[in-house]
Amino acid sequence: MAKVIVVTSGKGGVGKTTSTAALGAALAQRGEKVAVVDFDVGLRNLDLVMGAERRVVYDLINVVQGDAKLAQALIRDKRLDTLFLLPASQTRDKDNLTAEGVATVMDELRQHFDWVVCDSPAGIERGATLAMRHADIAVVVTNPEVSSVRDSDRIIGLLDAKTERAEKGQRIDKHLLLTRYDPIRAERGDMLKVEDVLEILSIPLLGIIPESSDVLRASNLGTPVTLVESAPSSAYRDAARRLAGEAIPITVPGEKRGIFGKLFGRRAA
Amino acid sequence: MSLFQFLNFNRRNTAPVARERLQVLLAHERATVGHSDLVGLLREEILAVIAKHVAVDRDRVQVKMEKGEIVSTLEVDIEIPATASLRKAS
Repeated sequence: MAKVIVVTSGKGGVGKTTSTAALGAALAQRGEKVAVVDFDVGLRNLDLVMGAERRVVYDLINVVQGDAKLAQALIRDKRLDTLFLLPASQTRDKDNLTAEGVATVMDELRQHFDWVVCDSPAGIERGATLAMRHADIAVVVTNPEVSSVRDSDRIIGLLDAKTERAEKGQRIDKHLLLTRYDPIRAERGDMLKVEDVLEILSIPLLGIIPESSDVLRASNLGTPVTLVESAPSSAYRDAARRLAGEAIPITVPGEKRGIFGKLFGRRAA
Repeated sequence: MSLFQFLNFNRRNTAPVARERLQVLLAHERATVGHSDLVGLLREEILAVIAKHVAVDRDRVQVKMEKGEIVSTLEVDIEIPATASLRKAS
C-alpha cells in the first residue's frame, strides 16, 4: 500500500509543482514505484515541468468520470521506469472533480504504487482540500517571505481539520520544505532565517532548497530538478530520503562556506 | 527621501521585522480561526451540562468569546425560565 503525500502551500508560485516533480523523481530513483498526481484542474503544469506535455491523452477527470481507466491515463516517465504521471485536465471544469471520484482513484493508486505524490493547486478552495483529503503525509512548501509563511500557517490548520486522517482523529505527518532559501540574504538579516520560519510554523523541517538558477533551468527543459546534479537537486534528494524514513542530517545551504565562499558569496549558494 | 535615509533604510535588518509582524498576526489569526470552533464546542458542552439539571431553551443560550491583547474572556449567558423545573440529579 502506498503512502500518499500532498505537496501544498496555500500561496501560489512557491514551488509546489517543482517540488512534486523533484520529490517524485527522487523517490523513483530509489527504485520505488511512484505516481505524481496533478490536482490543479484547469491550470495543470506538472506535465510541463516533467516534460510530458505532449504525451497527455487522458487525465484525472476522465478517470474520475469513468471515461478512461487509470492505466490508460497514467504516463510512464521516459527516464525513470518506476515514475508515472497522472495529469490534471486542462479544459474541463474543476467541478467535475468529485469527492467520491477522487476517493476511488486514490484507492486504486494506493494499491499499485509505493508512493502517490499529489500536487495541490494554490488556494484553500475545493481543489486544495481534495488534494490533501487522502494524504498520510503533507509537505508544506514555504518561501522565507511573510505572505508565504502566513498562507502556510493557514494550510497547516486545514490539514489538521479537513483531511480524512484528521477527521478520524489520526495524525497527519506535516513537514516543512523551505524553498528559494538564500543563506547570504538570511545571514545579512534581509530574509527570514530557517529557525524563524520553523519557530513560527512549528512543524518539523524536511529540507531546505537553496535559491538557484538550476531550478528554472530544469523546468525549461522539462526535467525534474533531481535528475541533474546541482545544489537544489541534492537538497531535494535528501528530502526524499527523509520521507522514506532515512535519518539524514539537515544542512543549511551555504553554512559550510569558507572565507573564499564568503568573499565570492552569491555564486557559492 | 534623502540619500542618507535611503542608505539607512537599506542597512536596517528587515528580517526581524518580518518575523515579529508574522508572530503577532498569526497569534491573532490562529485565535480567530481556532476559536470559532471552540466557541461552538463550548456552547454544546455547557448546554449538555446545564440540561442535565435544568430544562433550558437552546435559543436562550449565548456563548461569546471576547479577545483582548493579554487575556480573552468567555461570556456565557443562559436564561433559565422561572418555570423551569429542577431535574433530579441522578
